[in-house]
Order: sequence, then structure tokens, then C-alpha cells
Amino acid sequence: MTTLDYIQLIVFFSVLTGLTPILGNFMYKVFTGQKHFMLSVYGWLEKLTYRASGIDPRKETDWKSYTFNLLIFNLSGLVFLFLIQVFQSYLPLNPANLPDVSWHSAFNTAVSFITNTNWQGYAGETTLSYFVQMLGLTVQNFVSAATGLAVILAMIRGLSNKSSEKLGNFWVDLTRSTLYVLLPLSILLSVTLVGQGVVQNFKTYDTVQTLEGTEQILPMGPAASQIAIKQLGTNGGGFFNTNSSHPFENPTPFSNFLEMLAILLIPAALTFTYGKMVGSVRQGWTIFSAMLILLLAGLSISLYAEYSANPVFGHLALMEGKETRFGITNSILWATSTSAASNGSVNAMHDSLSPLSGMVAMINIMLGEIIFGGVGAGMYGMIIFVILTVFIAGLMVGRTPEYLGKKIQAFEVQMAMLAILLPNFVILLFSAIASVSNPGLSSINNTGPHGFSEILYAYSSAAGNNGSAFAGLNANTVFYNLTLGIGMLIGRFGVIIPVLAIAGSLGKKMITPTSAGTFRTDNWLFIGLLISVILIVGGLTHFPALSLGPIVEHILMNQNITF
Amino acid sequence: MNPKNKNILFNKDLLLTAAKDSFIKLNPGSLIKNPVIFIVAIGSVLTTIIVFIGLFDGNYSSFNLQIAVWLWFTVLFANFAEAIAEGRGKAQAESLRKNRVQTKARKLIGNKDVLISATDLRKGDTVVCEAGDVIPSDGEVIEGIASVDESAITGESAPVIRESGGDRSAVTGGTKVISDRIVIRITTEPGDTFIDRMIALVEGASRQKTPNEIALSILLSGLSIIFLLAVATLPAFFDYGLSASGLPSNQNLTLPVLIALLVCLIPTTIGGLLSAIGISGMDRLIRRNVIATSGRAIEAAGDVDVLLLDKTGTITLGNRMATDFIPAEGVTVEELADAAQLSSLSDETPEGRSIVVLAKEKFNIRGREVHHMNATFIPFTAQTRMSGVDFKAGDGSVQRIRKGSSEAIRSFIQNSNGYYSKQVQDIVSDLSRQGATPLVVAEDSRVLGVIHLKDIVKGGIKQRFAELRKMGIKTVMITGDNPLTAAAIAAEAGVDDFMAEATPEDKLKRIREEQANGHLVGMIGDGTNDAPALAQADIGIAMNSGTQAAREAGNMVDLDSNPTKLIEVVEVGKQLLMTRGSLTTFSIANDVAKYFAIIPAIAVALYAGKDGNGPLSMLNIMNLGSPQSAILSAVIFNALIIILLVPLALKGVRYRPISASLALTRNLFIYGLGGLIVPFIGIKLIDILINL
Repeated sequence: MTTLDYIQLIVFFSVLTGLTPILGNFMYKVFTGQKHFMLSVYGWLEKLTYRASGIDPRKETDWKSYTFNLLIFNLSGLVFLFLIQVFQSYLPLNPANLPDVSWHSAFNTAVSFITNTNWQGYAGETTLSYFVQMLGLTVQNFVSAATGLAVILAMIRGLSNKSSEKLGNFWVDLTRSTLYVLLPLSILLSVTLVGQGVVQNFKTYDTVQTLEGTEQILPMGPAASQIAIKQLGTNGGGFFNTNSSHPFENPTPFSNFLEMLAILLIPAALTFTYGKMVGSVRQGWTIFSAMLILLLAGLSISLYAEYSANPVFGHLALMEGKETRFGITNSILWATSTSAASNGSVNAMHDSLSPLSGMVAMINIMLGEIIFGGVGAGMYGMIIFVILTVFIAGLMVGRTPEYLGKKIQAFEVQMAMLAILLPNFVILLFSAIASVSNPGLSSINNTGPHGFSEILYAYSSAAGNNGSAFAGLNANTVFYNLTLGIGMLIGRFGVIIPVLAIAGSLGKKMITPTSAGTFRTDNWLFIGLLISVILIVGGLTHFPALSLGPIVEHILMNQNITF
Repeated sequence: MNPKNKNILFNKDLLLTAAKDSFIKLNPGSLIKNPVIFIVAIGSVLTTIIVFIGLFDGNYSSFNLQIAVWLWFTVLFANFAEAIAEGRGKAQAESLRKNRVQTKARKLIGNKDVLISATDLRKGDTVVCEAGDVIPSDGEVIEGIASVDESAITGESAPVIRESGGDRSAVTGGTKVISDRIVIRITTEPGDTFIDRMIALVEGASRQKTPNEIALSILLSGLSIIFLLAVATLPAFFDYGLSASGLPSNQNLTLPVLIALLVCLIPTTIGGLLSAIGISGMDRLIRRNVIATSGRAIEAAGDVDVLLLDKTGTITLGNRMATDFIPAEGVTVEELADAAQLSSLSDETPEGRSIVVLAKEKFNIRGREVHHMNATFIPFTAQTRMSGVDFKAGDGSVQRIRKGSSEAIRSFIQNSNGYYSKQVQDIVSDLSRQGATPLVVAEDSRVLGVIHLKDIVKGGIKQRFAELRKMGIKTVMITGDNPLTAAAIAAEAGVDDFMAEATPEDKLKRIREEQANGHLVGMIGDGTNDAPALAQADIGIAMNSGTQAAREAGNMVDLDSNPTKLIEVVEVGKQLLMTRGSLTTFSIANDVAKYFAIIPAIAVALYAGKDGNGPLSMLNIMNLGSPQSAILSAVIFNALIIILLVPLALKGVRYRPISASLALTRNLFIYGLGGLIVPFIGIKLIDILINL
């Protein structure tokens, strides 16, 4: 690594840390209904939305109604998205005359986008019309992120409410998240990206003569608007198949920097919003620190692995599949951020990462997408681990466990275990089925442990609602479309429902005042504990599988064997 | 209940019984109550079956046999931990039973008493007991007063007074009347008496899982399911690896190896010790002569963060003591002390005696034989609110010495045309402000001065409260005194807050307020009027000497009737929770080492080069002898650690009154870090022994 690489990393994380309280504080104002400058811009639209849909914004609901509204909303999105895909040839804005999408691919894509996964089993430019991209995918990019925000808001209210069943109004949370947070940030980012050269038009695909004299088709379309939200909303679904390694999606180093920043921006800022809303900014920074430490640890391992000499090819860092324009550091920083933040957009092919950095990406996902994680989702996933940590270690101070004054009891533990179990269930069981069955194995591109890593990565990505892939796997088959689709549903709602149940249960409880006898959850000791619990409870489960995939591959690579 | 033998953790009989019980507990019905150990038991059965099948089809494997044996040991050790904890309770129950002799009761029907068996008594019956009778069942004295020997339940041989009305009316079945005659109304049905319940409690018969135990069991079951999933999917992943390394799939992992891996990963340590920790927590309470009606109460004790403490008996010694003589103008201290002592010579109250003692200590004025001096003692009455002495001189004149409250003495003085000076009045209000009780002494029409009577705060109590504060527990002193007095004592004792002129209703209100603010409140009480507050408090400890109503209302009974017991109960609760948390952390941290023992062992063949050692043998950082010895060592360590931790589970982790952060750091260092490191060492040592 060069000095420049280090400087870039320092700048990147400084900007991220610096923006956290600024955006965090703004979101705090938005979500607590205080005055903020965006009200004058979109306030009328919020009011109009409520009036048009007959919503009483002051009416708060209990956790069951909140969950019900959320599920109904997502189910409608799923059905709508499925239908417009299978009937896209009858719908407008299809200049390339793309045919209807197959039912299983449509199911997979619909699930993928409502769950904020944006796993793409298809190639965007050759499969989906502008209509589907804009009214289907881009809309879901916004509302799936907003759904994540709504869930964490309900959780925060559960933690800070004093003996109340009310967790807020799902529709209000959804509307405010979209209008005041996601929309303005996306507009800001897409305008900047267009300035950097990202395409934004409705033209048919261009055909150009290359220097070698062959013809090349240049896909066009409204890319910038989708790219902004795919990054900010931790969606990750690219407009083009090669995602942000495509020059029309990510043309310059500056656009690359902004797009990377956008991946982590909202999840990071949310830690501050969280702290502010639960009444202690320190609590927010504690979680931010735990996330940042895990991210930096993964990043260091990856950078070390990539910059180490590959014994098979000599001592040069390998560029194959990396972002050749911006260099390895940018490829790895992106890969680490995108896997940690449940984004899934890529500027390098994860299949081409060295075994260890591939493993870091995989672990980031397997831990449950809690290292910053998806918008809202990372935060509520982290709360699950916080609850577990408090429960396991909290007893050691001689009190029954409590977090932020709320007692953690059987119901909370049960739900937290469920939220951890279900995604793991998807990863382990589906990978096991795929690695011994014909439809599973026939899609693998590589042999040896690397092929196994492709499978493991795919199901981890689905369960963690990440959406990135070890590109070697051909996942557009009935088997993968269905199992991954189901995996994404379980990975999303198998966490959301327990989280909301916990929020409902905690909301009803009293708040025990803090005293010298309270288990502190805002200091370095707790950060250390939290990280240990995440690694042991979340990570050890996958240690056997990882040893049979990337770990063995890494050792073999050092013995001059590659796959 | 006998305080003797308190500290013997194990004895031979206990160990033998527990060893026997661990086999009885193999019954699936009792095993299933502990899901983690139940999984191990299923694993043991499966492995055993495989060993037997191997015997018949010629594939006998001594490795499988050893795995099976150690898996059974794991189950037995867990059973043993529970059995020995229960056994210690049973031994106590046995001694209680011996005291519960089959008694006859003299039931009152009309005016006659009829002799019936104690077991035929029903709630509401009245019985009569005279000296020498054993009280047949729990009840309330409705007539008479008697001294009762309660050593059967308290271990305390000094008899106690039980009388009708008031706060000392409850009697316990099995205790013995030593003097006088009392009529008792029976308040419990047979089989539900205090002693019956105590026996059931210490035996663990009525033991139910506490809320935190239930939550922890859910966590442990959840972890077990996750690990079950990880192990169950392993053969599929392995199969892929085998075909990728060109090996036949019949080299896949065998069931005994998978079971061994599973058993090592699921939290068997805490799973096996969980109920022993709970039972021994109850046990530690009983050893302090406190009976909790449920395990839930002990847990709540650890959570209590506000303690309501009665001033008298808990914070102060209970009696005021004279500490100073302050003379009026023109009177010497000696003169005052002499008069004060004279007026108190026959005053048998503790206050009176303390005046005599103080005069003797300070001015060497000896107590005199006053009946030689033609003296008449005037006892204290509620009307006069004074006491004192009259001396008849030879000339027939009477010298009258009085001591009493300032109002009483003022009117006494004014009646004899004396002058009650402003200076004396100042001394009185000054002392009142300090929280003391001023007692004015007068001789005929002259005020001699003031005796400074003071509540004496118990030695060491201030430090105790400081410790509680460090642990985050707020102390509130409850007293009937006026606010001035209360504030002064509160400051001296170092309590955080006080309630002056408190009525039982105030107490109840205070508890509700604290609870509404999220606090958990503990209190100790004895009287009938304490019952609502005891019931409302999260921890209500009733004194055994108290009324039946109080005993029913609280969730603990203190057999010693010692008000400071509340603090000890909180400590027992905290220690129980700490033990549970520490061993859970230890158990979970253990997994890291076991992975490093087993994964390289089972994957040694994958992608192997010419030397037969696959790349994953690099993960064998402990350098264990062979794959088989590695797996076996992990399983053996896993079993042995349960039995090694039994003493810790029974005794509890070391407890010190320190802040939460310090306690956490300490326990985390010992049990968290220890839990990471110990198994690496343990497994390595076992592996060396196996390969000798």
C-alpha cells in the first residue's frame, strides 16, 4: 500500500465519522417530529400523502398493528413487482423490447427488492425495462430502506417508552423516512453523480464503433437516480449487470468515493440518531465504535491478504476482477463496506478476491449484517446482539439483565434467539442442500473449496439481505431463484417480526433508573463484550463451514494450489 | 436449620446419595427438563447403539466406545451436580422432619377441650396449649401470653414471648410452649403449615424455574439449536469437500464424531450446573435462616435498588441512651448528674439505666440503695409524662426530683411557682434540632438542666450503607420520629433518604412511588400494619416473631427476626445472579478452544497432499496428538469441567460489595478470559495423558 492509500482511508473514515452526528441529528429531528429545514420543501407532500391515503398521523399503534401494516405494505410491493415483471412486454417504457421475465426470476427479483437485498440473478440491462427499473425497482429501493428505518424507529420507541404499548405509526415513519431522508439525499447524490458523468436518460441503447472496428452496444437509461438510492438505501442492485464497476455507473475516483461513502452514510448516522432518541448519545457512539472496530478489523485482514504476495503468481497483488481504474485499496474498501453494510453493490468481483478477503466479506454478511448493516436493519440487528450480550454478561454484575433500564426477560431472549437462528437456518440448511444436490452443484463455476464458497456466499448474501454475489455462481435457475428468494424472505421478515415483538414487549416495561449497580452499556468494556459475543455467537456457528471453504482455500493457495 | 455443620460442603453420605441419584435422574422424564443435557443423553444413547452394532458386525471401534462412555459421564456429572445441590437441602429437611413429631391437639369445642390428632385440625379451629405442649399447627394467639421455644425452626434456644393482639401473635406448629397457657386459632390447613412449606422448599420439591432461569434456558436451548444446525449440515459440506479432494464419500464424518462435536459446542457446562446454582442459592438463604417462598424472590433480591429500613433495630440500637448532662445556669454538672441519677435509680427503662450508667462513668456517682433514704418513686405515666423520686426529709418536707419532657417539666415547675429559664428552653430546642431527645431535670421549683438522650446508631452500619451505595442501592430510613430527629440520625447513619413521622400508609405509598419510577423495593417488617407494604414490596421479609398476617404477606421470612437481614438477602440474590452469569460466560467462551481441537481433527483428510495431512491440520494450534485423541480430549474436558465446577456452583462466585462496573471487570476477567484460555490448557493436558 502507498501513502496515498493510507491517506484515502483516513479521509474516508474521517468524513464518515464527521457526517455521522450531522445527518444523525437531522434524522433525529425528522423522526421525533421536530422542526427541520426539509419541512418547508416537502411538508406539503407529507400532508398530502396522509390526506390522500386517509392516514391519521397522530394515531399510534401497538406492535401487532405496526407489524401488520408493515407486512401488508411489503406484500403489496411484492405482488406488484412480480406482476410488472412477468407482464413487462405489455407495459410502456420498454425501448429495447425486452421480453417478459420468467416466473421464478420475477419472484426472486421481487423478493430481492422488497427485502432490501437486491440480489440480482439476471442482468439488468438485458432483462428489465425502464418501466420495471423505475416504477418497480427504484420505488422499492426507497421504501425497502424506509421499512428498515420504520422497524428501528419502533424498536427505539420500545426502548424509550415508559409502560406504553404504542410504537408509533408505520405509515408516518415510512413517509417521513422517504420524504425527508432518502429522497433529498438521493437527489443530492444523483445530481452530483450526473455531474461526474453517470448516465440519466430514456434513450434506446447506443451502438458504437470501437477502435478495433467491432460494434459495441452501449446500454443507456435513467441510471444516476437508481444508483444514488441503491447506495444510500443499502440496496445495491445495479442498473447495469456489472454494477458500479461499469463506467456509466461509476465514472470517476470522486464518484467512487461518494458512492462508497453513501453505502455507510445512513447506517452510521443512524447510530447517532439512536443514541439521541434513547436519551444518551454515548449509547449511540458505543454501537458506532463496535461497528467501526469490526469493519476496520475486516478491512485490515482483507487489505493484508490482497497486498500479500500470491505464491502462485509471484509477488504482485492480483488485479484480475478488481476495480482496475481505482486500484486495490478502493476495491477492498468497497467490498468490505458493501458486505458489512448489507448493500451488495460492487465495484470489483468478489469471486476474484483472495480467499481471506472473500472470507471477510462472507463473515461480514454471516454475522447478520450488523456492521453498520442495512438502513435500519443493521441497527436493529445490532440491538439483537446487544440484548444477547446484556443477557449473558449482565448477570455478572448481580442483577437480572437490563438494557437502557428495560429488563431483558424470557420473551426478549426467545425472540432474539429466533432472529439469530432464522438467518443462520437459511445459510446452513440451504447451502447444505445445494452442496449435495444436482441443481445446486450444476451452477457452480469453480472447483474445489472455491466452488463451495460460491454457494455459501450466495445463501449468506440472501439471508443477510446483502445481495452481492461471488459472481461465479449461475444463480438464474429455478432452484436458486426459489431457494434464494425464500432465504431472503426469511432473512428479512424472520428478523423484523421478532424485533418488533421485542419492541412491543420492551415498550410495556418500566425503566429502571441508572445507578452504580447498573450494567453499563456505554463504555469500552461493553464494546469489547459486544464484539466477543458477536464473534462467538454469530461467528463460531459458521466456523466449520468457513474452514471448508475460504480457510482451506487460503492454506492451499499458500501451498501453490488454486481453483 | 442447625447453625452447626454450616460450612461443610460435602460429606460422604451426601456424595453417595448424590451419586446414586445421578443414575436415577437418567430417567427421560426428568432429563427432558434440561434440554441441553437431554441432547447429550440422546447423543449418548445413539453412540452406545453404534458401539453395540459395531460389536456384532465386526466394526467395533474402541474410539466410539470411549466417546460413548464420556458422553454418559457428561450426563451423569450434570445429574450429579443437581443431585448434590438437592441432597444438601434434603439433609436439612430431614432434620426438620425429626422435629415435627406427631402431636395431639386440644381442640376447644365450646368451653371444653377435646383431644384430637393434629392432622385433623382445620383452618379456623381453636386449640389450647399449656406449658409443655407442642403447638399442633400454625396459628394466631387469640388469648393469653406464653413463652415459646422456637428452636425447632430457628435453632435459637432462648424462648420468645407470644401473646394475643399486637405484633407477636403468630405461633408456628412444632414449637413448644414453655410457660403459661394460650388459646390459638389455627390459620393453615394441615400439610400447608410453615414447617411443611419449609421442608418442601429446602427439598426442592416445589422448586420451579425462576424467570431468569427460564430466560437463560431459552438462550441455552437456542444456542443448542444453532449448533445442532451447524453440526447437522456439516456432513453435506464435508461431502462436497470429499468429492472435491477426490475422496470417496464413505470417508464422511461418522455419527459419533458429529455427536462429539455437538456435545462440545452446546453449552453443557452451564446447562449441567444451572439448576444446582439455583438450588444452592436458596440453600445459602436458608443457611442465613431466611426462608424464601419462591426462587423468584431471591432473584428479585439481587435486583432490589431501594431498601426501606426501619430506624429502630436496623439503624439504631433501638434504645435511646444518655450521652451528656447540660446544667442550667447556676447549677453544677455534678449536681445535675446526681439528681438525674437519683431520679432514675428505680427506672428500669433502658433510657433510665443509661442515665445511671452515664452519671457513674462521668462523675463517679455510685448508684445508692435508695430505699434506706425514705424515697418514693414516681413512675412514668402517659398523663404526667414524667418520672422521678420523692424524698421525705426528717422535718416532713418533701424533696421532689423529676425528669421528663420539656412541656411536662415546665408545667411542673410553674405549678410550684418556679421559673423555667430561656436558657434551658434554648438547650432543649438546640438538642431537638440535633435529633436528640432532651430530658429536663427539675428539683422542686428549680430546673437543674437537661439530659441529652440520643439514638445510638449501630456500629458499622454507616460503612454498610456506603457499600450498598457503591452497589447502587438506595437506603431509606423509616421512622416515627419528627423530621428534625430523623434528619439528624439519617445524617449520622449515612442513609440516602428518610421518612419521618411515617405511618404504615406512608410506607405503602412510598413503595408504590418508588416502583412507579422503576425501582425495586425491599423492606422488612413484622406488624399487621406492615402487611400491605410487605405485600407491595418486591422483597418483603417478614420477621418470624411478627404476626401471621405479616408472614403471609411477605415473600420471605427471617427466622432470626433480625432487621439487618435484608442487606444479607440482597447479597445472596446478587451472588446467585453473578454465579449464573459467570458460568454462562465461561461455558460460552469455552467453545473457541473446542473448535480448534475438533475442526482440524475431523477435516485432516480433506485436500490432503502426499503426506496425508490436509491443509486444515494447520488449525491444530494446540498440536494435539492425533485426530482421535483431539476429539476425545475435547469430550473428556467437556465432561470433567462440569464436575470441577460443582463446588463453585454450590458456593457461588466470590462476592464483594463493589460497583457494577468493577464486579463486571472482575468476573469477566476471571470467567470470560479464563473461559477462553482454560480449555486450551485442559484439552492439551488431557491429550498428552491420552497419548502417553
